[in-house]
Amino acid sequence: MGRYLLGRLLTTIPTLLLVSFSVFVLIRLVPGDPIVLMLGDAADAETVRGIREAYGLEEPIYVQFGLWLLKAISGDLGHSISNGAAVAPLILDRFQVSASIVLIAVLVAASISVPLGMIAAWRQNSLTDILVVGGATLLLSLPSFWLGLLLLLLFGLKLGWVPVVGYVSFAENWQGALTYILLPTVTLILIEIGVVTRMARASTVEVLRLEYITHARAKGVSEASVLMRHALPNAFAPTWTLLGLVLGNLLGGIAVVETVFTLPGLGRLLVDAIFARDYPIIQGCMLFTAFLYVIVNLLVDLCYPLFDPRVMAE
Amino acid sequence: MTGLRFSWRRANAVIGGALLAVILFAAAIAVVWTPFDPLGINLRARYAPPSWLRPFGADEFGRDVLSRAMAGALTSTSVALLTVAFAVICGTALGLVTGYLRGWTDRAIMMVNDALLAFPGILLALGLMAVIGPNRYGIVLALGIAYTPSVVRVVRGTVLSIREREYVEASRVLGNGEIYTMLRHVLPNAFAPLAVLATSMFGWVILSESALSFLGLGVPPPAPTWGNMLAAARPYLESAPWLGITPGLCIAATLLGINLLGDALRDKLDPRMAG
Repeated sequence: MGRYLLGRLLTTIPTLLLVSFSVFVLIRLVPGDPIVLMLGDAADAETVRGIREAYGLEEPIYVQFGLWLLKAISGDLGHSISNGAAVAPLILDRFQVSASIVLIAVLVAASISVPLGMIAAWRQNSLTDILVVGGATLLLSLPSFWLGLLLLLLFGLKLGWVPVVGYVSFAENWQGALTYILLPTVTLILIEIGVVTRMARASTVEVLRLEYITHARAKGVSEASVLMRHALPNAFAPTWTLLGLVLGNLLGGIAVVETVFTLPGLGRLLVDAIFARDYPIIQGCMLFTAFLYVIVNLLVDLCYPLFDPRVMAE
Repeated sequence: MTGLRFSWRRANAVIGGALLAVILFAAAIAVVWTPFDPLGINLRARYAPPSWLRPFGADEFGRDVLSRAMAGALTSTSVALLTVAFAVICGTALGLVTGYLRGWTDRAIMMVNDALLAFPGILLALGLMAVIGPNRYGIVLALGIAYTPSVVRVVRGTVLSIREREYVEASRVLGNGEIYTMLRHVLPNAFAPLAVLATSMFGWVILSESALSFLGLGVPPPAPTWGNMLAAARPYLESAPWLGITPGLCIAATLLGINLLGDALRDKLDPRMAG
């Protein structure tokens, strides 16, 4: 038990280091000198060198990386080039918006998809199965930003049930906030139902074929009990892992949905920063999202033995 | 049961293949001909609704949506093909090298590989586009780099599991060079998983490219892609909904085609999953 958890925890540290190094290097690949960019063409070489030294840019790259990482860990991600605002609080502020949509979407999608996938697997090759798999594949194939636009067109513009643009935070007005995040969340739920249902079905199909299920049936256990008590615990483990990946992928690609619904989330912050060439924000957003992804997957793995005790036996 | 299962798989393959064939056919025709010039501005046709002359209507500059969707199909599929080719070639080469050499070269390459795999979704491609800047070849490079690591994984895994087999040993004993042995005897084993991966990757790239273009970080306008057509359609969603429906439908049809075909392929290559 302890060894599995410890081992998994320890492998996370090099991953986090490598991810932060990649982000660090990526931004340094940008053509042009950041200081020249900051000061404009008019700056003379002497001033540029002075500022480079002040920012530590004359140090070797690993020293720069170390210093940058130490600051990042202590919560200092630098300041925006365009308006001088501290990056870390900005990211946390925007993250609340993205996190509320993504978390609700994954929770709802999972609670719909797992039973749906299990029923489809239980009735494998029946009409129900074909409809569920077909529907899931169709949902899986819709680009989130297009589905979002269609929902916006239908419920926002034609029916006028929800506001089309804008956002208020939950702290200000939670009912208002709900109306703004309703459509983006529904969009993500529909998309993710496709992915998760197919996974839940596939893993249940594999489990239902095992001998212990036949044994349980031969014992005369009811079908409901076979599914809930015998199949679910084993069939859920792969879906659980998938949920971590889904959560991370949603956060990584949330910008498109936030663009459709004009939500001030983390993805939009990153994309706006890319347009503004605001490298501290780009760096901060990428680092934060990638770290979050690694940590979410770590937590998913740490909880994995709850669903599949076999990993502990190794 | 098997009969039903079999026809179900066939139906997947047929529908998926048909959808993809339509899109690829439209893209192929767009090389030589589109009904109108996809970039041709015609102020008299602004916001023209769908009609016999223009089955999908015209956009805010009076450009024909069908012609633009066809040109977009050409852009999207060629970007996707180039990206998949890039990822498969680089990934296979790296996977063979790491799997074969092992030792610290393997560890170094896999470290970088795992670091790149640790970025979720299109985040890495977004970051790379920030560095490269939006253009058609930049997006191939960015998405290619983002998707190479998964190919490396698959190829390296195959190499590691195969390299000690007797027939590989036999090839060495016969005096065949290492590179020949790798390409002739080890690599073909990676074909099935690579085919499944490349098929799904084609779909992911189509989706990622349209997402990036939708955000304004992909292929820049006026060159039409499905993603930037959708982005341009956003302000006219209510007054001219056909502008937003056509490109989205194209993306969805392509992805559905890929997913159905991918399912059929997986069923065929991985009999474990067949019912």
